[in-house]
Formats: sequence, C-alpha cells, structure tokens
Amino acid sequence: MTDPVLHLDDIVKTFPGVRALDGVSFSVMPGEVHALMGENGAGKSTLMKVLGGIYQPDGGSIHVGKEQVTMSGPLEAKAKGIVFIHQELSLAEELSVAENIYLGELPRKSFGRVDWRKLSDQTNTILQKLNVGFDATTRVGDLSIANQQMVEIARALTVDAKAVIFDEPTASLTDAEKVVLFDVISDLQKEGVGIIYISHRMEEIFKITDRISILRDGQYQGTVNTAETNEEAVTQMMIGRKLDLSRNETHHELGDVALEVRGLSCGKLYQDISFEVRRGEVVGFYGLVGAGRTEIAETLFGLRDPSAGQILLDGEEVRITSPNDAIARGISLVPEDRKGQGLVLGMNCRDNMTLPQVQDLTSGPFVAEGAEVAIFDQYRDRLDIRTPGWKQLVGNLSGGNQQKIVIGKWLSMHPNVLIVDEPTRGIDVGSKSEIHKLLRELAAQGYAVMVISSEMPEVLHVADRIVAMYSGRIMRTFTSDEVTEDSLIQAISGLGGHEAA
Amino acid sequence: MKPGTLSKALKSGAIWGFIVLELIFFSIAGEYLSLSDKAFMDWENMLLLLKQSAPIGIIAMGMTIVMINGNIDLSVGATYAIAAIVLLESMTWPIFAGLGDMVIPVAWLLALLVGTCLGALNGLIVWKTGVDAFIVTLGSMLGFRGIVFMFNGENPTSHLNWTLVDFAEAEFLSLATASWFLLAVTLVIWFVMAKTVHGRNAYAIGDNREAAVNAGIRVGPHMMVNFAIIGFLAALSAVVFYSESGSVNPNDGQLYELWVITAVVLGGTKITGGAGSVIGTFGGVIAIQLLRKGLGHIGADTSTVNLVIGLILIVVLILDRQLNVKGKEELKV
Amino acid sequence: MATLTKQQIGTVLAKQGILIAFAVFMVAFTLANSKFISVDNLFSVVRSSAILGVMALGVTFVVISGNLDLSVGSMMSFSTIVVLDLHDQIGPALAIPAMFAMTLSLGAFIGFLVGYLRLNSLIVTLGMLSAIHGLTLTYSGGQNMDIADKEGTWFSVFGQGSALGIPVPILIFVALAALLGVVLAKTPFGRKVYAVGGNGTAATFSGIRRARTVFACYIISAFCVATAGLIQASRSLGSQNTVGQGLELEVLAAVILGGASLLGGSGTIFKTVIGVLILGFIQNGLLLIGLQFYVQFVVTWVIIILAVWLDIAAKRGKLLSSIA
Repeated sequence: MTDPVLHLDDIVKTFPGVRALDGVSFSVMPGEVHALMGENGAGKSTLMKVLGGIYQPDGGSIHVGKEQVTMSGPLEAKAKGIVFIHQELSLAEELSVAENIYLGELPRKSFGRVDWRKLSDQTNTILQKLNVGFDATTRVGDLSIANQQMVEIARALTVDAKAVIFDEPTASLTDAEKVVLFDVISDLQKEGVGIIYISHRMEEIFKITDRISILRDGQYQGTVNTAETNEEAVTQMMIGRKLDLSRNETHHELGDVALEVRGLSCGKLYQDISFEVRRGEVVGFYGLVGAGRTEIAETLFGLRDPSAGQILLDGEEVRITSPNDAIARGISLVPEDRKGQGLVLGMNCRDNMTLPQVQDLTSGPFVAEGAEVAIFDQYRDRLDIRTPGWKQLVGNLSGGNQQKIVIGKWLSMHPNVLIVDEPTRGIDVGSKSEIHKLLRELAAQGYAVMVISSEMPEVLHVADRIVAMYSGRIMRTFTSDEVTEDSLIQAISGLGGHEAA
Repeated sequence: MKPGTLSKALKSGAIWGFIVLELIFFSIAGEYLSLSDKAFMDWENMLLLLKQSAPIGIIAMGMTIVMINGNIDLSVGATYAIAAIVLLESMTWPIFAGLGDMVIPVAWLLALLVGTCLGALNGLIVWKTGVDAFIVTLGSMLGFRGIVFMFNGENPTSHLNWTLVDFAEAEFLSLATASWFLLAVTLVIWFVMAKTVHGRNAYAIGDNREAAVNAGIRVGPHMMVNFAIIGFLAALSAVVFYSESGSVNPNDGQLYELWVITAVVLGGTKITGGAGSVIGTFGGVIAIQLLRKGLGHIGADTSTVNLVIGLILIVVLILDRQLNVKGKEELKV
Repeated sequence: MATLTKQQIGTVLAKQGILIAFAVFMVAFTLANSKFISVDNLFSVVRSSAILGVMALGVTFVVISGNLDLSVGSMMSFSTIVVLDLHDQIGPALAIPAMFAMTLSLGAFIGFLVGYLRLNSLIVTLGMLSAIHGLTLTYSGGQNMDIADKEGTWFSVFGQGSALGIPVPILIFVALAALLGVVLAKTPFGRKVYAVGGNGTAATFSGIRRARTVFACYIISAFCVATAGLIQASRSLGSQNTVGQGLELEVLAAVILGGASLLGGSGTIFKTVIGVLILGFIQNGLLLIGLQFYVQFVVTWVIIILAVWLDIAAKRGKLLSSIA
C-alpha cells in the first residue's frame, strides 16, 4: 500500500468556549479525489485553516508524505506542496493574470525588479494547459467571474503540488467550465497529486470523488468509499438523521393572479419575459448564474428600470420605481446575498427584522420598541430562530438563522408577493429543509411566492411550476408534473426549444 | 477596440489634457487680464513652476505609494515641519561646531533619518495595532505638530548657511536644484512602482489585502516600509525647501496633506487603493501648481485659488463617476 | 462565584473603556491639582469645549452614516465671518437666520454630492474644505471681521451670556446634545442612519432611501456648524478668516475617541460628548499642571491611538493585529 501524501492526525482546535475541531483525522492518498463534507459550522473551514497554517492546532499533528510538519502560514504550506483554491475569489483585479497567479512569489531580477519575461512564459505555459481564452497580460478585472475562477485554479499549477484543496470551486462556473475544471482535476490526479474537494453539491461529489470524509460539529464521522454509498447515507452522516428530499407532491387550491409580467425587458440583462404567479403558488426560476433571474427580481423590487414591458399587480399595471415603492405595493424580496444585501450585520436581530417598517412603527415621534419586540418574538417563534435574544448582533448568528431573520423581516411586512432569491445558499442541510418546508407553508397560506434557485433539487422540491431561463430569456415553463431533470437541464443550457407552457 | 478602452484612455490621459487646457486658458486669458507684459507660457516661468512644484510634488510621490497600498498619511505636513526644524537646529548644535561646512550633510542625514523614523513609526502602529491608517496618521498629525511646538514654542526657527543656500539656488542645465530633486524622486518612485516586486506587491495589497495575505506577502512590514518612504520623502521635501529659505515657522506644512492628496487624486490614484500611477501624480502636481500660478497671473488672489481647486477636485470626482456609469440597466443602490 | 475570564474582561474594557479611561484621567488630575475638580473649572472646561462639542454632535451623524466631514472647520469660519458681517449690515435678528440659511445650503450641497451622486465623502469634503475657505476669503476680502458697536448689541448673549448661573454656550451644547441624542437613539430616522452606515446596500434593499438619509446627516452637521459659528462670533464679536482651521480634525478626534467607527454604523451622541469632554479635560488638566498647550497635541495623539487600539483589540480578542 502507498503512503498518503497528506495525513492529519487527531487534530484538536479550540476557541474560547467552543471545541471547533475534536480529534479529526484523515488522509489523502496520491492520485485520489477526497471529498470533505459537513454542514456549515461542522469545522471544514477551520480544518483547512489549520492545514494552511492560519490557525495553529491545539493538539494532533500534520504529516506531508512521511514528514511531520508545522505550518506557519499559507506560504509555507505552499512551499510544502499544499495548495489552496479559495471559494471566495482572492484576486487583485487591477493586476494582470500573470501577477495574480504568481502573487507573493513574482520572479526577481537584480534590484528587486520583476522578471517579466520569465513571468509571462511560465504563466502562458500554465494557461495553455487550462485551455482558456486569455493570456498572461490580461487584466483580471476584465475577465468574467468564471475566468477569474480559472485564474485562481491556475495558481495550483505553479508549484509541484502534492495536495490541492478545492473549496467550493464550482459555485460560479457554467457547465462547460465545470468540464474543464474536472479535466484539470483528473490531470492532477494522474500526476499523483492528492485532491481535497469541499462541496455541498452531491452530484459533483458522486461524479468525481473516490472517498468521502464527513465532519459533524467538529467531530470526525468517518470515511466512506464513494462507490459504496449514496446521497442518503452521506446526508445522514452529516446531519445525524434522515432528510426528506422528495419531490413536491402536495398541492392546494390556487387563488387569483397576484403578479403578472408581460414582455418585460431590461437592456441586455433579460428580454421579453412573461409569466404570472397566483396566490398560493410557488413558481421556481431555474437557470445558470447570469441567466437574468436575479435581475428580474431586482426589477420587480424597483432596483432596476425595465426598458420595455409591463408589470401587473392584481391585474393593475404599475410602475415600480424604488424598493420603497415595491414594499408599499406588497412586494418583498429576500435577496441573493444575505450578508451584503439582506442584513446589517452590526445591528441586533430585532432592528434588522423591523428595518423596512421602522418608519411606521412609531408612537409619537419615537420608534415603538415594544411593538418591535413583539414582532421579533412572533417571527422568532414561527420560524424557530435560535438566538439568545433580540439584542444579539445578527453577525453572530449561524447562516441558517441569519437567513430566517431575513425571511422573518419580509414576512412581517405581510406581502402579497414574496420573492426569494437563492434562499438556501451557503446554508447547512438541516436548515435547508426547514426553509423549503416554510416556503410550501407560506404558499398554502395564500402567498404568491417566486423562488429563484440554482439548485435543481430545490426547485423540484418547492415549486408548483418551474420557469427555465437561459441567457436572459425564458426557454420553457414546466408544471411540476411534467418536469424531468433531463428536460430541465436541456432548457437551461439553451438546448430546449422555445415553448411556453 | 474593447468596450471600456475609451473611458480608460480618457481617464489616463485626462490629467494631461487638463494641463493643456489650463495652459491654453491662462495664455489667452493672460493676454487680456494679466497685469504683467510677460506671456504665461514663458520658458522661465515654466521652469520656475517646476521648482515651485517640488515641495508638494516630492511628498505626493510618497503619498501615491501609500494610497495605492490602500492607506493614507495625514501626518506628512507635520513630519515636514519637524524635519525642517531638525535640519536648521542641528546645524547650530555645539557638537557639530568643529565640522565647518561638513555640518551640512550631517544635518541633511539627521533630518532625513528623523522623517524616515516618524514615517516608520506610523507604519509600525498601523501594522501592530491594526488601527486604520486614517486614524493613526490623524493622531500623529496632532502629535507631530505638538513636537514641532516643543522645539521653540511659537517662535520661528532660523539658521542661514550660505553654502547651503548657494547649493539650493544652484542651477544645472537651467533646472534648479529643487526641480532636479523632484524629477529624480519621480523617476525612482516610478521605477519602484512599475518595475519592482515591492511595487507590484503594493498594488496587490491595496487591491485585495486578504488575497495578498493568503499569497504569503508580509503585508505588515510592507506597509511599514511604505510609511517609512513617505516619511523620508516628507523630510526630503523639507530639506530641499528649507536649505534655501533658512527659516521655519511652527505652523509650516499645515494643510500640505490636503494639497498632496488633491494632487494624487487628480492624478488618478484610487482613494480605496489598488490603482494609480506615479506619472499621473506628477501630472496632478503640475496641474495644481499651474492653476495656482495661472490664477495669480490673471490677477486672482489666493481665495480664488482655494475655491477653484476645491471645486475642480469635486468636478473630477463627478466626471469619474459619470464615466463609470453602466447606463440605465444599472442596479440602483 | 464566577470568575471573570480574560475574554470577559476584554469585552468590558471594550464597551466601557472610554468611560474607565475618563475616570482614571479625572482622578489623576484631581490628585495632581485640587482645583481641577472645582465647579468653576468644570464650567470653564465645558464652556471652552462647547464649540468643538456642538460641531462634534453633527459630525457624529455623518460618521455613523458611514461618511466623513472634513469641511466643518472651514464651514465654521464661514458662518462666523458671515454672521459678523451681516450683523452690522442687516442687524442681528436677520443676520442669524440668513447665516443659518447660507451654511445649510453649503451642507445641502455636500449632502447632494455625497448622498445623491454617491461621491467619496473624504475627497468631497476635502475639496469643500478648500473651496469654502476660498469662499470665506472672497466674502471677507481677506480682512478680519469686527462688529462696530461691541457694547451695544444683544448678539453677545450666545457666547457670553448666562442663564440660571450657567453660561449660554453650555446650555446650547447640552440642549442640542439631548435633542440629537434622542433623534439618533429613539427615532426611525436615527435607526436609518445606523442601517445606512452599517450596510448601505442592505438598507436600500430594505426600502430605506439611502441618499436622503445621508443628505439629512449633512444638513444636521451643517446646522451644528452654524450653531458653533454663532457661539464663536457672539463670544468674540470679531474674528479672523481662519478661526475654524484645523477644527475638523479635532472634531473627528473627539468623535473617534467616543468610539464611533469610521466604517460607519456605530457610535452614540453620549459617547461623543464623553470624547469631547476628554479632549477638553486633557487640555485643561495639562494647563493646570503647568504644561504648555501644545503638549495636549501629543497627549491627544497617544490617547486616540490607545482608545481605538483597545477597542479593536478587545473585539478581536488579541492585543496585536494578526497581519503578518
């Protein structure tokens, strides 16, 4: 048997009051793709920070090859052949592709000068391997998000890597780009490099990995061979119980049309969009990142001006010019970027929740704090938000609880139309199913709900109808009875014909 | 042509276009308004302009590095005053009495050393405490100024050394000493920022600090070096200027930070860091000096200069914003 | 009994650090000079801090909304010069509202640029610092401004008068602090200021009109500046063009000392008042123990950096930053 390229043994890391990692061990064999899974907060990122030398472990040891090592920082990790591909892009946009790829280790000549020729030669060699359509001198800020991701990946190829850690690498990639990424991974594999692959996406995990290690609450749950397990078993190890991922089967009476959109366009972002949402109905919007779904939501919420088309609320044509306007007309938007758009992280839970209505929650000239607390208590109970109290800063809550605060904030506005954009992005599996259940319940209570999602199981699970979008256009609308995974994938890849159902 | 190329070309060339505009305007307006018979675009006048740009210009080169690096230094005016006092005071110290004119290089070195140390001190505080550079240098702007007053109270510090004055007033190839210093500093800093690893890392840190940290760049020491450089340049600016004038008031250098930042921003450096150019800053320095001189030429007083420079800074910001608007599709936040 | 962990001590220090520092400071100076704590001296400190303090109240709003205002110093010079000039031309009763109108329109201009055009507030107010200074010089023709009849005007009441034995500048400062404190802490507008400063995008996504909120903050700031200019003019009845020069930084120092973050979203009026008083007492205390006025600059420097440092250190749970 060969020796592992990387072996973590009994790693312990504590923070004040928390045992973030509790005796975690796992190893990566050469030429293996090893998935690391776990809910948010399970300790994956802490483990990676220990591996990268950003945190020092309180116990246990790290071995690269046969040698026990102490990592003092990312640079040392890299020197030892451990390379990280970060989930959040860590690129300097104003610099060239080459400078980004060799960030922190630009080749030098005399007087500390940069050796530009060597730099661009080396870079172009790597870029050829990746088969991308840009060169070393391109400014990174001019690249698409996906190409920026490729730059990030190119960093892994600059050193003689022993192990490469991919942290959610496909989050912003299109299908075609994913194929390139998986090719890169298999090339690395052939060269005997060990890969650690962190992802929430089950289909990818089962497609490319050899083994799966699972963490829960900082504890190592075990390692399984991918070929010998299935999604259900892995999920159960992650959350400690079974999860209902079945299709949406329940149906209820639909009411009148609450929102209708006719021929809506916004420049190059999307064109000729028409659909309707009835009370009691959940309409899913499925497509790739950049297909124009979020932009439609933003237009409905008054954040963008449409260049053509009509918006009708309860059959009446309206012009929505600002979020304020949208709120007054009973539209609520749970935005895509929870931390950037949904919450003021430095504010407490109560204030965040009542923010859209603070102008109206007054007694005399002052904010009626009693009424605010009442609203908070009501939605804390209804949504099962776990927080020590309303005074807690939102930034201290877990992702799932943060998302529930955002949802509570908008439910408390009693909207006619509720738009939720990527409601479960970056949220652990347990909270995910709670939010799915909630969305179904809301529809049952008569809300008209639009759900925008990039995750197929999610739209299949919650939506009554699914609008498939590709490149700013609606390709097809499915009812939940007729939809199949294949036809949905075809539609969002631009393969299906244009047939509105 | 790729989209955005035009606006980028406009932006990088804007400062030079602005300088040309100023020249044309003041030449024509000068014909009608000027009290003197001399043309504005007189060769002598332009050489003088370059010389007068030196004090602000030399500091502005340091500010360019610090701002590209994602920081700011509000204490340069006070550092400038301290260095000036050290320069003039030290020449009178008894221990150097036997040196004769050799006291000059010693005094220069002392002044430069003090400036460098003060800059490094700012950098060290920014690095070790993690307090924002704006606050740190706002504090040291007050603190350094307090130190200035400690030397001589509210009295000016004077010492004229004629050898030194001769050197400062010397001209070589019809350029004054101060102009040579400005040109040399510009060249060196341009070389550092465009050609060296240190310079490229400065851009990377200003652009995306976390990425730089992740890539193993030692951000703290790097920033400290840059603060030391701007401290050195503030002192160099004082050395160049006070070698000639020989007398420093405790309030000298006040508001220099504002002039310097104005020049750097006019030159196209991004206030949030990560982008900017030394050559652009040079243009910004020249543009400001042209404006001061030009307005003087057509008979406006200092009040108008202040007004015009303030408004131009704002207009530049508005134009910059307009060039970057993506049109009606843009998200309204 | 529960023992305090290091972490808890850190948190207490972070939350109450400025008050603790204030208390230590007061005790030390009282020990050094018994006059320090006397009523007369307290009054004199508050009175001399009133102008700075009034300006700091307005800047607190601007800073919490996530912006800066470096133009308050030159704007204060402008108000002072204008009201003194108009005093002799149209009489104090008309001069005061006219000066307020002019100052507020300057504030509105800045508010428009930063709020509606979304320009960088540091650069805008830097530009306005210079522009307003130029405006003041143009207005006054570079001359000092003096009221002709210094004895016979009731205008001196704002700076020199007293009611119930308390000097009017103190009354104005306290009243304005109370009013603005309530506005910031208790009204919907105050809540919006925090939201806009904490996360402007999220505030917009919650239907808050960000531009309007920022605009209002600059109007409040200009109102405070006008009030400070009024006190200054009334106190001296004559003034130089540069009376407010450099005050913008002292004001900012007081606000930061009070614990407001330059990133926006945090700070309170009460804390700013403490910051102002600390600056005032440092100045006063150092003078009382016989040190020159400029020593206060150095002490202020050290105190600002220590205050902000401890605040940050407590939040990250470590004294030194982790930057490599």
